[in-house]
Amino acid sequence: MSARANILRSSAAHAILIAYTILALYPVFLIVINSMKSRRAIFNDPLALPTRETFDLVGFHTVLEQGNFLLYFQNSLIVTVASLFFALLFGAMAAFALAEYRFRGNLLMGLYLALGIMIPIRLGTVAILEMMVAANLVNTHWALILVYTANGLPLAVFILSEFMRQVSDDLKNAARIDGLSEYRIFFTIALPLVRPALATVAVFTMIPIWNDLWFPLILAPGEGTKTLTLGSQIFLGQYVTNWNAVLAALTLAIFPVVVLYLIFSRQLIRGITRGAVK
Amino acid sequence: MSRSRAPRRPIRWHIAVFLAPALIVYTAIMIIPLFGTLNLSLFTRGEGNTREFVGLANFATLFGDPRWSGAFWNATWNNLWFFIIHMLVQNPIGIALAAILSSPRLRFAAFYRTAIFIPAILSFVIVGFVWRLILSPLWGVAPNMMDAIGLGNWFAPWLGQESSALTTLALISVWQFVGIPMMLIYAALLSIPDEVLEAAEMDGITGASQFWKIKLPLILPTIGIISILTFVGNFNAFDLIYVAQGALAGPNYSTDILGSFLFRTFFGFQLQLGDPHMGATVATVMFFIILAGVSLYLFGIQTRLRRYQF
Repeated sequence: MSARANILRSSAAHAILIAYTILALYPVFLIVINSMKSRRAIFNDPLALPTRETFDLVGFHTVLEQGNFLLYFQNSLIVTVASLFFALLFGAMAAFALAEYRFRGNLLMGLYLALGIMIPIRLGTVAILEMMVAANLVNTHWALILVYTANGLPLAVFILSEFMRQVSDDLKNAARIDGLSEYRIFFTIALPLVRPALATVAVFTMIPIWNDLWFPLILAPGEGTKTLTLGSQIFLGQYVTNWNAVLAALTLAIFPVVVLYLIFSRQLIRGITRGAVK
Repeated sequence: MSRSRAPRRPIRWHIAVFLAPALIVYTAIMIIPLFGTLNLSLFTRGEGNTREFVGLANFATLFGDPRWSGAFWNATWNNLWFFIIHMLVQNPIGIALAAILSSPRLRFAAFYRTAIFIPAILSFVIVGFVWRLILSPLWGVAPNMMDAIGLGNWFAPWLGQESSALTTLALISVWQFVGIPMMLIYAALLSIPDEVLEAAEMDGITGASQFWKIKLPLILPTIGIISILTFVGNFNAFDLIYVAQGALAGPNYSTDILGSFLFRTFFGFQLQLGDPHMGATVATVMFFIILAGVSLYLFGIQTRLRRYQF
């Protein structure tokens, strides 16, 4: 291929990718810049950057005064971190058992646990709500934590057991000769060695939990347990005519997720390209 | 091994300890409620809050009673259209972007990858509202931008019109999730060994024909997985519709899909009373639709796809 054709091709590739990047980011950018403008500027010139005359943080004041956003944020954090912890711990334990020991029903157990990857847990909502009502767990963090843990387990077991199989047998057998119990082997040898896989599973599990609207709406709609996603949904519905407040609330909701993503994106992309979800 | 020949092996309790927590939580919160819901669909509320077994009567109501069946089929066809748009728009764009991204010696590939994936991490609440604002005729961002490129007359309040609302929402969802097929295909393309591509180049197959003749057949299994993930995701979607159009899935139910139909049936809305048994019935039908799709893929398509091992 001639050099000129090469340059032509690569600039075409860049043009397409830049165009698509703009399409993906511009709507978000538009919301963020307008959240910092006065109401008049939002309508008069929505595409302009905030200038010294149009700069106005009134929307953020409204959000922080009216909404319990700090509480919602805390709820989301508690639910997400706790669900992640249990899904990863229980998932890793089960994955270790499936990968390490031969016992009757091993394959069947693996299939049974993998079933949940394809069947969405939402379809069981009617019975889950009845159960939570009976156990008096409605409007508690535990209702959400239990549901998300159960929902996260199948993928965690599936991916982690692949990685647990790669942990060297020699290492484990050496530990056994030294008299370590199976539990110590799991916690001190297997778990630290699959840490990269744990991080990948954590990112995959975390995003849907943080963003879920269905279960908070049904299991924990009370003011004390509202998650950030549900809280901002309700706030946006109430303030729909107050554009400053709506734009500010959206910006506040976008910000933490994007920052977290930029920190973990290498982990996430490495996980995908390593074929963790195939 | 000598241990396995021993007459009696000690029970290895640690296996049970390792498996128990996951097994208990998964079974209690996921499997039992799933079958509990299937079971609930066979009952109805009798006199004085008792539960009466009615067999398949709820299904007869859902399919036979015109008030129910009209809404149900409306939601099902809308859901199918929602899925078709994803298959026709999201997945081809994802494949195309991945193919461009994976071209050798492309600069800034990591930047593009990271940026294009950002919408996929945002919640439906954010995405739904952002687009509601942008497409709003009140704010005028979309009409102004279309004016700027000479298409001003084409603007319409798409989310407010019965004819275009569902397609618009599907395209918003495509905008959000295009990063996922892109990433998965990108990973599959990277895993094609260089020798295969070099051999193709020796035979004079380069550029576009290399993509169609060599790469595409090799990534077909990944495309299959993406299709089934899209299917399952679309047939229990709910959040975007609820955020953008409310539980009534307006205008005039034109954006109602199975997820929002289930929510209304189960919880009730405005004048309609919620009914857990009819809700369970809808959930059961959704379960069988998803099961049918997954089985069709596992037994009909996946077994026919040829996998290459390198």
